[in-house]
Amino acid sequence: MQARTAIEGGADAAAAGPKRRLRMAPKLAYRNLFHDKVSLFVTLIGIVFSVVLLSFQSGIYLGIERTIAAVLDQTKGELWVVPIGTKSVDDPSLLPGREKYTVLSVPGVENVETLSMGFARWRKQHGGATTVLVVGSDWNAGGLKPWNVIDGSVDQLAAPKMVAVDRTYFKDLDVKGLGDPAEINGMTVKVGAITNKIRSFTTMPYIFTTLGRAQIMLGAAQEQGSYALVSLKPDADVAKVQETIQARLPDAEVLTRESFRNRSINYWLFHTAAGSGLIAGTALAIIVGIVIVAQTLYASTKDHLNEFATLRALGASAGYIIQVILLQALFSAIVGYALGMTLTLGIFKLAENTTLNVVMTPGLAGLLFATTIAMCMFAAISAIFKVIRIDPAGVFSR
Amino acid sequence: MSNLQAARKKPKPLLVADNIVKVFGTGAGEVQVLKGVHLDLLPGELTLLMGPSGSGKTTLLSILGCILRQTRGDLEIAGTKTNNLSAEAMADLRRNHVGFVFQSYNLFPTLTAMENVMLALDVRGRLPADAPQRTKAALDAVGLSHRINTYPAKLSGGEKQRVAIARALAGSPSVMLADEPTAALDSENGQSVMQLMSDVSKDHSRAVLCVTHDHRILKYADRIIRIEDGVISTDERPKEDAVAKANMERLAAEGAH
Repeated sequence: MQARTAIEGGADAAAAGPKRRLRMAPKLAYRNLFHDKVSLFVTLIGIVFSVVLLSFQSGIYLGIERTIAAVLDQTKGELWVVPIGTKSVDDPSLLPGREKYTVLSVPGVENVETLSMGFARWRKQHGGATTVLVVGSDWNAGGLKPWNVIDGSVDQLAAPKMVAVDRTYFKDLDVKGLGDPAEINGMTVKVGAITNKIRSFTTMPYIFTTLGRAQIMLGAAQEQGSYALVSLKPDADVAKVQETIQARLPDAEVLTRESFRNRSINYWLFHTAAGSGLIAGTALAIIVGIVIVAQTLYASTKDHLNEFATLRALGASAGYIIQVILLQALFSAIVGYALGMTLTLGIFKLAENTTLNVVMTPGLAGLLFATTIAMCMFAAISAIFKVIRIDPAGVFSR
Repeated sequence: MSNLQAARKKPKPLLVADNIVKVFGTGAGEVQVLKGVHLDLLPGELTLLMGPSGSGKTTLLSILGCILRQTRGDLEIAGTKTNNLSAEAMADLRRNHVGFVFQSYNLFPTLTAMENVMLALDVRGRLPADAPQRTKAALDAVGLSHRINTYPAKLSGGEKQRVAIARALAGSPSVMLADEPTAALDSENGQSVMQLMSDVSKDHSRAVLCVTHDHRILKYADRIIRIEDGVISTDERPKEDAVAKANMERLAAEGAH
């Protein structure tokens, strides 16, 4: 009678007294997952691979976005006057000229600065040449000022022949530091300032200099630039000013900075092979991750089928069993993500001083975490289908 | 004792199976495994269900345990008719009224003895805060208080079956169904497990049914039902009936040889 007295009353007692939820489902899920180390290893490899690939694709995407929009993001003007048909900020051509004064006459406009951009031939000091993207602006009047200057100074660029180059492109430009000479479109220049991590999506290095010098290098007239950067008065109606300028400049396009930014990014990402490759790579990463995780979760579920049938026989609801499988997927996602993200950050650190601009932000890391979890949950569907079809009567034949 | 007194004394069955028929397959491949089984299980009784292989024992056990549906007939467990219940309602009935003990124990290898018992409580949903203490008490009751943190791989066959019994009992089921609980055990462990099952059945709120081939355990039976070719051929209570007792002793002796 020992058994009776000690055990009885479970169901009755369950109906009364303080209650709490036991947490056996997570424990079972965790133990099932970590019980078979080989299976777990394969699952984690799949997830880590996906996380790294996804991080790379999205990191490169963010990097590209920032690289494409770098010049735009450093300017203050709310509106940009651009030549008609301009696809991207780094695909410049020249405006007809004298836009500055036309725009200045529009009510609500506070300031207009000309930005001169164009491709030029950089002749290296020890022979050879490469194409560069010259950017000229009058930063003292509110134009684009070179940023991330790590050696020399922007003020030095006012001296004759001076240009700023980025350290990332030293090798391409055959430059080792301040004072190194070169020729741009036949004009002798010297390195007067060095910037850091101002990368170009087109891989053609940005060369910063004064507006006047850039106009000479690019063969533009004195009043001619590639873009006119328009700053508005604080109380100005952006849309109205934009409309008015557009009406007065029928041979140019007037865009908000945001719309020009989007146009530039969309052009490179969705109208060139570079973007298609990136999107295809991201899709591939997700598909590979789902397939590998689905296969291993399915195999793990099959290995534990007898246990799931026993659970069913014990009266576990389908929801309880699905919970166990989803928890397995969740644990796989968390561990796989942690390993994958650690590896990713290590690789990103190594890529820091290369021309490859990969970016990881807390927001992107969070999004990737959510994606990894969603991927693993989706991968669990096949295992769930297998388990909810279990015939609990099978427990008597095993 | 008058008939009226006897009727008053007879407890209400916890499980009633009426004219249970089970057919597998269709057309030419159709096999009728159960051909109209009538059975009721009374509280406080340990019933042994015996019969040759293929006689329908396991199929009947599965139907009585609500994990297989009968083709025809009625089944009532703890006052609930099962005929029109959904799969989830059947699971709910199992959870609350039926405990299982399996031939191969069916313990979870990645969980300790205590966790295996706790799992059976967990699937029931919300529980008293003292569930771990109750689990320990359940394992103590089956003589395994010193093995609560041991994994099944390190338990002997008898110990595993005791954990399985503790697990079945943890939810305090009305009906306990066991499939060959001693088949994988040596004689000593088999006797010990059956003594435990007998003790469990003596709780008057519970009925215990064991499917078995093991003649060594007949002495524990309050009732012995034989099933042959899908129908119940004999239904005896050896402790109440001298003829049945003689039959049981003869069977036990045959089994011993």
